[in-house]
Amino acid sequence: MSEEISKDKPLKIDYTPPRERWMEPRVEFRKGTYGYPAASKHEKYLELPNPREWQPNEEDWKLPEDWKEIILKGMEDRLDRYRSFRLFLDICVRCGACADKCHFFIGSGDPKNMPVLRTELLRSVYRRYFTLPGKIFGKLAGARELTKDVLKEWFYYFYQCTECRRCSVFCPYGIDTCEMTMMGRELLNLVGCNINWVIEPASNCFRTGNHLGIPPHAFKSTVDFAIDELKEITGIDVEVPINRKGAEILFVSPSADYFASPHWYTFLGYLLLFHEIGLDYTWSTYASEGGNFGLFHSADLAKRLNAKIYSEAKRLGVKWVLGGECGHMWRVIHQYMDTLNGPADFLEEPVSPVTGTPFENAKSTKMVHICEFTADLIQNRRLKLDPSRNDKWKVTYHDSCNISRGVGLLEEPRYILRNVCNEFYEMPENTIRERTFCCGSGAGLGSDENMEIRLRGGLPRANAVKYVKEQYGVNLLTCICAIDRATLPPLLEYWVPGVEVAGVHELVGNALVLKGEKERTTNLRGEPIKGEEEELHV
Amino acid sequence: MGLWYSISGILLLVFFVVIGIEGIGLYSFFTIFIPYAAVLLFVVGFIYRVLKWASSPVPFHIPTVCGQQKSLPWIKPDNIDSPYTTGGVVKRLALDIFLFRSLLKNEKVDLEAPHRLLFRTSTLLWLGALAFHWSFLIIILRHLRFFLEPVPSVVVILQRVDSIFQNLLPILYISDLIIVIALGYLFIRRIIYPQVRYISLPSDYFVLLAIGGIAISGVLMRLIYKVDLVQVKEWVMAMLSFRPMPPKGVNLLFYIHLFFVSLFIAYFPLSKLMHMPGIFLSPTRNLLNVSRHRRHVNPWNLPVKVHTYEEYEDEFRQSMKEVGLPLDRE
Repeated sequence: MSEEISKDKPLKIDYTPPRERWMEPRVEFRKGTYGYPAASKHEKYLELPNPREWQPNEEDWKLPEDWKEIILKGMEDRLDRYRSFRLFLDICVRCGACADKCHFFIGSGDPKNMPVLRTELLRSVYRRYFTLPGKIFGKLAGARELTKDVLKEWFYYFYQCTECRRCSVFCPYGIDTCEMTMMGRELLNLVGCNINWVIEPASNCFRTGNHLGIPPHAFKSTVDFAIDELKEITGIDVEVPINRKGAEILFVSPSADYFASPHWYTFLGYLLLFHEIGLDYTWSTYASEGGNFGLFHSADLAKRLNAKIYSEAKRLGVKWVLGGECGHMWRVIHQYMDTLNGPADFLEEPVSPVTGTPFENAKSTKMVHICEFTADLIQNRRLKLDPSRNDKWKVTYHDSCNISRGVGLLEEPRYILRNVCNEFYEMPENTIRERTFCCGSGAGLGSDENMEIRLRGGLPRANAVKYVKEQYGVNLLTCICAIDRATLPPLLEYWVPGVEVAGVHELVGNALVLKGEKERTTNLRGEPIKGEEEELHV
Repeated sequence: MGLWYSISGILLLVFFVVIGIEGIGLYSFFTIFIPYAAVLLFVVGFIYRVLKWASSPVPFHIPTVCGQQKSLPWIKPDNIDSPYTTGGVVKRLALDIFLFRSLLKNEKVDLEAPHRLLFRTSTLLWLGALAFHWSFLIIILRHLRFFLEPVPSVVVILQRVDSIFQNLLPILYISDLIIVIALGYLFIRRIIYPQVRYISLPSDYFVLLAIGGIAISGVLMRLIYKVDLVQVKEWVMAMLSFRPMPPKGVNLLFYIHLFFVSLFIAYFPLSKLMHMPGIFLSPTRNLLNVSRHRRHVNPWNLPVKVHTYEEYEDEFRQSMKEVGLPLDRE
């Protein structure tokens, strides 16, 4: 956490708009409120435009000579290619219903974080160059010249949106600020204005197959390490196939699952589950990333990274693909993959090899969510579960933005949770399901240098967690998103100390009674299964 | 600032009509040329804008999902908020178009303590918007009696129902009363809520004031300054048969009313009022959430440079071999 942020100096939130009108572009690049720009070596590796070393807080952004023409041409091009772009720029009535739906506005009070104004930043330029009233009446019609200051404002605010789509639930026309942010970022990227937290993972993923840049041999050793750990906890030798041709299923999860904490325990959960049901599957080192930071850059880059999943499925000759717990990964897989890199006509319609259930909903894309898969196993009573092994946890569930508003996968994880733990409590109705609040760090904003904005954006989520903590003593927040698992722990530590974060399949792994396992004394975290207090009383 | 621009703009326009009619007597200009031009602009502009949207494809399948997806057979799917049939998506759109359902979800967030949020349901905007749009629609339908001969019974019935309180308040239409109140609310909220005021453009006030001008001039004609309706209908029928004749000696209010109506329909395709046809095309609302079940095709799906497995293996072959990972080429 950066030094500026401490509990002694609480973050100030004021919803009163400033005196100056929003049409005057003015951005202050204050430490803690923006991400560092992309390192040029990563931009070069991905062959992106205008790679250079620069800093947002410096006056000169080293833009290309004809930056304005590039942006306007890019805008024109995208207006013709995306109905959403043209339509959403045209039909907003500025009713203001979206204003306090954005977690960044709620946590910062900065009026340009109201979805309507975030889009007005683009819309004002659109009016000036692409509409008749804007060309004639200029400022009076809400039109603005495209200047370097406007561009800087775009950079600041389009990298202060997590593309969570909560505003689009409340908009009477479904205007989706995520689409606007995506377009804004695509335009910024045409002149090389982007952040390292997006570009470096994307470049890593392009080269090594995963965001974290883990080469195949390191992947192998991390898997070996997991096998040892599982042996110690359960006494079972788990087999983990990698790059195995002819397996029935290719499993793809976000790379953080096998490298970061607390993701790791979810990873262990997957391995135990697959072992127990004897799944004929394989991991891949080439397609070792389900997430897709390309999505936070452009549709093109999303396609370049996503292509690996189908191409690897084809090379390995699997029948279908199973995907792990991740948020934006599932936005891409559910709403983009088939369009970008399909049709997957070389795969078969997915059927659970254990229960025989066909996954009708994934008939075309041929990729199934692990929660759909596991919920089906539990419903068919194919798993022996001992929920009391999770008794030290009082659990709540955080819907990840992309999983809820992108996929509509709401009940499956809840069904699993009710079967693997005894105490499960929902957060207030207006903060879950389609109204869920973002962690505040998605879409590439999860870097440490951006911590103030992350804490502000995370306030609404944290508030709801605090509520269930005070009401029911909740001490574990479960989620099915790798970015959540990475970014919620510091957030909760700041706003709601005492609540841990875990993936759903970590709890599955804890509860799963394996054939031939030794008596488990610790959970997957290596902590005693019984709560510490109980231990002491014994 | 935008507010004052709009108010002075509206006053200027009223002044323009008064001078034009009372001063110079430009009857044909205001009752023939302007209405024809406005209708032409409306029709051409409206079609142009809708075709312009329609000509941009929907490259990706991006419904905003607000309910349980259809997945496993024993999990109850939500066919309205996560539609999986055309019927579902029609219901979803219909609820949004006729009942403004998304707006009904509105809630207001306040700070109860420095870092403690308080959520309150907030239905006033929904109510105001719904009242405004429905009364506007009913008023437009009522006006059909000027355009159709004989007047269809539906319009007559609508008119009777709308004036059901005649015994209490002579000749007052309910819809007239509601639209004036609703417009007043929509206007005042733009001024008194600091955030809404902050985002409001001159055009946002202007549209409300222009519709307000239409409504108030209409109400006044009905309540106080009676207008010769026979003459008005004759003028409309003449216009419709393209043998236009300006009505003469009708109250000035009629010309103001007509001018604001013309202004409104001419301005319509140039403005945010296009949200009316726009919502039908909104890809977050009009698509089915069956993205993995049925493939969505992007007409411009551009080719991109990928990093192939061969390139990958070439780079990592040695280290893969050392840890015993299978290789395509040794």
